[in-house]
Amino acid sequence: MSVIECSNVSIRYKTGDLQQIGLKDYVIKKITRTYKVEEFWADRDISFSLEKGDMLGIVGTNGAGKSTLLKAITGIMVPTKGSVVVEGKIAALLELASGFDPELTVRENTFLRGALLGYTKEFMERKYNEIISFAELEDFQEYMFKQLSSGMKSRLAFSIACLVEPDILILDEVLSVGDEAFKEKSARRIKGILANGVTGILVSHSVQQVRDLCNKCLWLDHGNQVAFGPANVICNAYSAYLFTPNDQRRLPANEEELTDVSNRFRVAWRIGVKERAHPEDFPYKIDRNESETARIQRLLKIVDGMSAEERKAIEDEIDGVTK
Amino acid sequence: MIKKLESYQFLFSELVKRDFKKKYKRTVLGMLWSILSPLLSVLVLMMVFSNIFGRHEPHFIIYIFSGTLVMNFYSECTQGCMRALMANASIFTKINVPKSLFLLSKSVQSYINFALTLAVYFVFCLFDGIVFGMHAVSLIYPCVMLLIYNLGVGMLLSAMFVFFRDIEYLYSIFLMLLNYVSAIFYPISIVPENAQKYFFINPVYVFIRYFRIVMIEGSVPPLWIHLLILGYTAVALLAGCLVYKKYNHEFLYYV
Repeated sequence: MSVIECSNVSIRYKTGDLQQIGLKDYVIKKITRTYKVEEFWADRDISFSLEKGDMLGIVGTNGAGKSTLLKAITGIMVPTKGSVVVEGKIAALLELASGFDPELTVRENTFLRGALLGYTKEFMERKYNEIISFAELEDFQEYMFKQLSSGMKSRLAFSIACLVEPDILILDEVLSVGDEAFKEKSARRIKGILANGVTGILVSHSVQQVRDLCNKCLWLDHGNQVAFGPANVICNAYSAYLFTPNDQRRLPANEEELTDVSNRFRVAWRIGVKERAHPEDFPYKIDRNESETARIQRLLKIVDGMSAEERKAIEDEIDGVTK
Repeated sequence: MIKKLESYQFLFSELVKRDFKKKYKRTVLGMLWSILSPLLSVLVLMMVFSNIFGRHEPHFIIYIFSGTLVMNFYSECTQGCMRALMANASIFTKINVPKSLFLLSKSVQSYINFALTLAVYFVFCLFDGIVFGMHAVSLIYPCVMLLIYNLGVGMLLSAMFVFFRDIEYLYSIFLMLLNYVSAIFYPISIVPENAQKYFFINPVYVFIRYFRIVMIEGSVPPLWIHLLILGYTAVALLAGCLVYKKYNHEFLYYV
């Protein structure tokens, strides 16, 4: 029984003159026929399903339709086609600190947010102290929300969403909040939550984060589903795509191509790590100022030039390390 | 289902609390101000118009107060509701909550103001020598119906406000005109008898009339006034709910 089941979800998004318009402007624009509403498919035919305890990472360049998809999952939007079935209580963190009221105190905002997420008063009273201490805001409870720093605001939002024991946790670009210590603490917390069988979705621009936290990954591009599968395979392929200069980028057309790209990247990465650790083992000199993109490109070329046996040897070595 | 309702009840009370704190900025006098404003307008209208219209009208101050009482609640509540949806855009575009709760919490706030003003209104009635009989209990009817009516109108307005941002200004002009045609400070006898029935097209006037019949004429209003109120309220609420049902998931494109 899957916890989240998206089948052929397509969402048509509207934008253009319909925002921030007055009745007068509307009438004038209608008369002069300059009233424009653009519609486009923000998501097309997205299908995936998650089981209990799965953590899905959604990756993709800007405008891939990641946030829109999350809105459909949280029920804020209704898919134009297809269906989303969700079993359980969702705590969604979309664009973190928004939705808090600047005029209310930290305490009041915490309860309000808890109420918005659908929890009861008793539950929030029980959890309140834990939330505040996790957010490290003990000394600021009676401060107005607007008096907090942006880091504090995000910390509070994160703590509420993570401590209220949701069945499904949705995180949109939120793990980059706070200082290093808090980031580490929040990553630990998320791992703990997932270990307890909570299903999660993480949208992140950091591929490393997705690798660390997720077991499944969905790659979107301009609203289309490029791939859905195990996180490491897709993250590798996506990284290879990201490290390719814009004009040479190609999306993998099918499963085989994806696996191939993913494996090549894995081998290239492995060589890269060795190269850094033991530069003396390599017949060429390594340019320390080489950009990351150039480096990956160079490494991928090396992999392309290798024979199947050589690749296999390195693959075995990687498997040995990971096992 | 019951569990769901319970959690909304908590959300609802939190929203009411928030709106209250924001409105009165945590000041003790905050609430007093909101009763003071209808009170002052009653006194000013009384001073200005008692010589012109008040001579033949018994209990003229109650006559005016009935008008301002209803009109103030109507305009405060509908204007509050109109802005409530937009004001919470940052919430409903991120979290899936029933949007009508924002309006409901705003109406509760105006309703409390209304209740306070109503208390002052009764005190005025006592001072003006009006005897409270059992018929005064019937005032519960317009008090409940007016809230529902306002909510319905508020839902329509809030949806329109999301679609067109200048509704705010157009509506304040409308309210000003409504203020003049609702016979708040003049008797309807100033228009020819055959034209007087047109006042009843205006729902706000019907509510005002209800209060006046009970308090000044000392009787329970006739059945047709009850039905008229019921009809207006049902239409407003139904229209509001339909618009919300239809556009529930459209609003977020417009903010």
